[in-house]
Amino acid sequence: MDFLRPRTWAEALALKAGRPEATPLQGGTDVMVEINLDKGRPAALLDLTPIPELREWSREGVEIRVGAGVTYSRLIAELGTELPGLAQASRTVGSPQIRNRGTVAGNLGAASPAGDSHPPLLACGAVVEAESVRGTRLIPIGEFYTGVKRNALAPDELIRAVRVPAATGPQYFSKIGTRNAMVIAVCSFAVALHPSGRRVGTGIGSAAPTPRHAPRAEDFASGELDWDGRRPLDPGVARRFGELVAASAAPIDDVRGRAAYRTHALAVMARRALGWAWDDFRGNS
Amino acid sequence: MRVNLTVNGRPMTADDVWEGESLLYVLRERLGLPGAKNACEQGECGSCTVYLDGTPVCACLVAAGQAEGRDVVTVEGLATSGGGPDAGLSDVQRAFVDAGAVQCGFCTPGLVVQAHALLADAEGVPRDADIREALAGNLCRCTGYEKILDAVRLAAARRAGADSGFRT
Repeated sequence: MDFLRPRTWAEALALKAGRPEATPLQGGTDVMVEINLDKGRPAALLDLTPIPELREWSREGVEIRVGAGVTYSRLIAELGTELPGLAQASRTVGSPQIRNRGTVAGNLGAASPAGDSHPPLLACGAVVEAESVRGTRLIPIGEFYTGVKRNALAPDELIRAVRVPAATGPQYFSKIGTRNAMVIAVCSFAVALHPSGRRVGTGIGSAAPTPRHAPRAEDFASGELDWDGRRPLDPGVARRFGELVAASAAPIDDVRGRAAYRTHALAVMARRALGWAWDDFRGNS
Repeated sequence: MRVNLTVNGRPMTADDVWEGESLLYVLRERLGLPGAKNACEQGECGSCTVYLDGTPVCACLVAAGQAEGRDVVTVEGLATSGGGPDAGLSDVQRAFVDAGAVQCGFCTPGLVVQAHALLADAEGVPRDADIREALAGNLCRCTGYEKILDAVRLAAARRAGADSGFRT
């Protein structure tokens, strides 16, 4: 195994182009587990932690550009206002020690259907900024997940950043697990209200081969919510929204839960999350 | 490969390090610092918690090469030097002893480092919810959590009481 330590981003891209089989390494919270437990042995590790610009985030127009090295801990501490859904999801990741190392970009690279970042990224309409020596490619989040633990990155590409529109309305993340800490989601759900476009965004986690939107639920709620009058959420609308979210999932039975339970839990989480978000929206009128 | 790092304030070098090796392995097997414990090797248990550049992390999930040039503090580094009845113990360690927060002791080094980090950031005595959250990634299989919470409260109360005899 080789341990590659680029000092600059340009060097990292050059190394990845020359060694496309190299596994990018950031917080190590996935990659090192694989190595420690001998589940896989990369041909080479490409350590990205020495590259300072990856640890930065910036506001660029309506978007927050979160560098690939920004940890969950920093996202929670520094971006809770701009990216409330992603910050909420980040708070549910692992433990303090894991959040001090893990990154959203690592979550994207691993592309586990259970990754906590994915539902809020979907609900917010994030864009993955992938880069290689050939140039930069902006991948809409809905096109990024291509299969179980597979993503749309080309072999020579690295994730430079994820671009997430700053919140313009309430956002919520909800997750089922056996305890509050150190839990891989049984299933999870995120909702984001986008009042200017009168749209509701959704994201489903751990209930399909990939994280995914619930498009019919989004269309339904976007049309039913009283964006101008801000009347209370009709319980029937909330319930139907939950049903449509659950209908968008394609869960399986596995060690963490049964498919039927996931479907039920998703409907409940979606109904509640929409209620929380809508209550916040009304309260801010 | 060779890895150069600072551990508990001292420059150290580890040679013949395998590229897939963890910082935990380097500390325990190459540098003679067995304080951080090797249990789950997947970041679940927190027994290998050390400071990396001042931030508590699971040493089992840091690749050895990622520690190159960086500053590591292990539980061994929290102990103080000097005389007196508390010689060798930091205030957090002293509180763990006084509160009886140690049973088999395997989880203790990780809990001490993580509690140390919590108190470094806390103002006054942290709320129970904050202590529980801070220690959520440290497993004790002796079911000793109540005493551990007592120890953290005790250390925090002693600091808030400006009992300088217990400060690190």
